[in-house]
Amino acid sequence: MRSRNLKFWLLNAICGLIIMVLAGMHLASFHLDDVMALVFSNTTEPLAWAQVSARGQSLAYVAGYVFLLGTTLFHGFYGLHTVLTEAWSSKRAAVVVNLFCWFAGLGLFAIGTVAAVYFHVML
Amino acid sequence: MKGYTHGSGFFAWLAGGRRGLEGYLYVLHRVSGLALLLFIVAHIFFTGTRLLGEEAWEAVMATTHSPVLMFAEYLVFAAFVFHAFNGLRLVLVELGFAVGKPERPVYPYKSSLDSQRVLTIVLMIIAGALIVMGGFELLKFPG
Repeated sequence: MRSRNLKFWLLNAICGLIIMVLAGMHLASFHLDDVMALVFSNTTEPLAWAQVSARGQSLAYVAGYVFLLGTTLFHGFYGLHTVLTEAWSSKRAAVVVNLFCWFAGLGLFAIGTVAAVYFHVML
Repeated sequence: MKGYTHGSGFFAWLAGGRRGLEGYLYVLHRVSGLALLLFIVAHIFFTGTRLLGEEAWEAVMATTHSPVLMFAEYLVFAAFVFHAFNGLRLVLVELGFAVGKPERPVYPYKSSLDSQRVLTIVLMIIAGALIVMGGFELLKFPG
């Protein structure tokens, strides 16, 4: 049990570092595009429909998006699980919190993945 | 098995306790993490509108130009930067970096927190600088 918890903790820490790099790049290029334009001269409007469609057509981008979605949801729901089980630590609460986090995390991952893949196929 | 408690639960978050700065960073890390999780859920559904076509996408993007949502976006950015740099600190400390050399427990005792504080302050200054820099772009309200 302890070894499984340790593996999850390690995976959570690795996911955190991956998110820091990938989501940092995402934030910089999508939401700080004017600041980035000071450094890189060839930036375009990242949230314009033409750019959104172009990214949707790229299989590598879709794969990267799904990977980032998975790591983010795992990290987020692992954190929520930790917070909730610290507050309510009865055995029954642990089962309920565990089930909720797995179902919500996997459900959101399925929704995000289907949306990304369907958009890729649709274009 | 009977349930047991860990101190005061959520109410303990309101006080940093004897850990001081690190105690407050712990609270902020959790609050920012929960806020970011909430944002991620909204983000999945927001970006999902691209499936409805260009018109629906442009309509959703237009709503993000309101001052309230722009400020909310800035708060998300600030929460992300803080959470990332504080998380980096936690991983580094957990792996044994910047905690100082092990010493014999001779009175007056030294706390490992004193050794960690340099790393804490450096990372928080970097995070603060990035949060201020992001404000120049994300708080450019239209009109």
